[in-house]
Amino acid sequence: MKKLLSLFVALVALSGCSVFGADGGLFSGADCESRLARSFAENTTDIVYFDTDSSALSAEARAALDSQAAWLNSHDDVNVIVQGYCDERGTREYNLALGERRANAVKQYLVAKGVAEHRISTISYGKERPAVFGSNEAAWAQNRRAVTVVSSAE
Amino acid sequence: MKIKYLLAALLMLFSTPVRAELEINVSGATRAPMPIAIPEMIGSNSNIFTKITGKNYGDKIQEVIAADLDRSGLFKIIPENSYIETLSSIDQKPNFIDWKAIKSEALVQSKITELQNGKIQVDFRLWDTVAEKQLLGKSFTSTTDNWRRIAHVVADAIYERLTGDKGYFNTRVVYVSENGTAPRKVKRLAIMDQDGENHRFLTDGRNLVLTPRFSPNMQKVTYMEYVGNSPRVYLLDLNTNRKEVLGNFPGMTFAPVWSPDSSKVLMSYANKGKTNIFEMNLKTRAVRQLTFDNAIATSASYSPDGSKIVFNSDKGGNQQLYVMDSNGGEAQRISYGNGRYATPVWSPRGDYIAFTKMSGGVFYIGVMAPDGSGERVLADGFLVEGPTWSPNGRVIMYSRQDRGYPVRLYTIDLTGYNERRVVTPAEASDPAWSPLLPL
Repeated sequence: MKKLLSLFVALVALSGCSVFGADGGLFSGADCESRLARSFAENTTDIVYFDTDSSALSAEARAALDSQAAWLNSHDDVNVIVQGYCDERGTREYNLALGERRANAVKQYLVAKGVAEHRISTISYGKERPAVFGSNEAAWAQNRRAVTVVSSAE
Repeated sequence: MKIKYLLAALLMLFSTPVRAELEINVSGATRAPMPIAIPEMIGSNSNIFTKITGKNYGDKIQEVIAADLDRSGLFKIIPENSYIETLSSIDQKPNFIDWKAIKSEALVQSKITELQNGKIQVDFRLWDTVAEKQLLGKSFTSTTDNWRRIAHVVADAIYERLTGDKGYFNTRVVYVSENGTAPRKVKRLAIMDQDGENHRFLTDGRNLVLTPRFSPNMQKVTYMEYVGNSPRVYLLDLNTNRKEVLGNFPGMTFAPVWSPDSSKVLMSYANKGKTNIFEMNLKTRAVRQLTFDNAIATSASYSPDGSKIVFNSDKGGNQQLYVMDSNGGEAQRISYGNGRYATPVWSPRGDYIAFTKMSGGVFYIGVMAPDGSGERVLADGFLVEGPTWSPNGRVIMYSRQDRGYPVRLYTIDLTGYNERRVVTPAEASDPAWSPLLPL
């Protein structure tokens, strides 16, 4: 029993994440991270959209990123990953690069708003993971995006 | 039979004078395919048992030879039921009147012999039926389970003798097999013969994989794989099935391509919104940066002599094609038409660069000379992408997706004619054609 308890303590220490729930209980580990992920998704606009072949941030995108920066600046111990995506109207390899460019544009904006650079990683999926299935402008507009998600908490 | 002979005699009266040499002119944009007769292989009837069990290699080889030549678009296979003469020996000179009577210009006389220890021998003669002249006589021996290879090698020999170009039938294709619908597509690396046969998966679909390419010596495949949150270029050994990550890059590497001598791999590395082209020496593992722009430079391809690299870059505002020395340095823009140009691939013959072009909402597969002149569109559609060359530089394979339809592989002749679908078990993209294989 003592062994089990020490193992539990070690696990909590390893993941590092702990947060008090609304009922005052302490959450830790993966459960804690999923709570933080939900909090981020609920309290920020976690998706920004782009024009065709562009990584420029619109006023709407900047407002969304301001909400992300505000949340991140009040959760110093949370890291995020920015996922960059493209629509299907480009070539595969170029779109991988364009997705990275979009994710980086988001990252640089958050850094300028005071989020430490090391807390933000990026990944591009090019045109491989569309949010919406469809071959029309409405679908493409929703697929040209960058999504910020909680990756880990210290 | 009598009627047939009468017809033959009549045809003789109107037939053209005997020509010096039978040859297909492959440089012309349009030409009628050459009528060729490929009768049953002598000896394929010898074993009733193999006929019943479906292991009649003679019939199978004959079928594959005919299918290869037919798919090239340069030949018209004359239906077997119109043949007049039955060839009974490989040493018997054909009765040319009978073959001219069915308007055959070329004839393949062939024989199969089952040898000891699971081997077969195939002998064949290629005849010019109009000049009544033997053009080729060859013999191949291999194991029976290698019968497809033998058929492709025979088809390659016939193709080369009649067109003057090397064949491309004894080749393979590595590509990405796609299952399910977006956004939940499962992608796997797969390898197959150029005609879709001998199909085999190389990965299990757990990880997203993209853009495979054969090493010029065919031992290895380089490709991109997402392992966790880490998309990187990998090297897969086809013999040992071992895979290794290429290079120590802290971010995404992609778009790998081999140097013609297999000693180097070019890849793109994306970092801080910029993508540049890097070279990795596979022996020393040394990495060298070749482009230094604040832009996206990717989809590199070597010239066949390894001295130059063509790639696409948006440093001038949008995607265009550039050529630079293979050691880097200043790049010359070569594409100047309307639209965005991408995925340039240098022909193995060196005379053309194939590309994907996007203009006015339409995708195109086209070719241009390495200096950018003579641009020509071969295929267009809602989404055509990713050309790869047959090793003889005559045929281009690419993926085609019409709006709302599955994505599939197609081939098209350099002239822009003879677009044909390559049959795959599932949806298919990112094809890469192998060099010509040994038997």
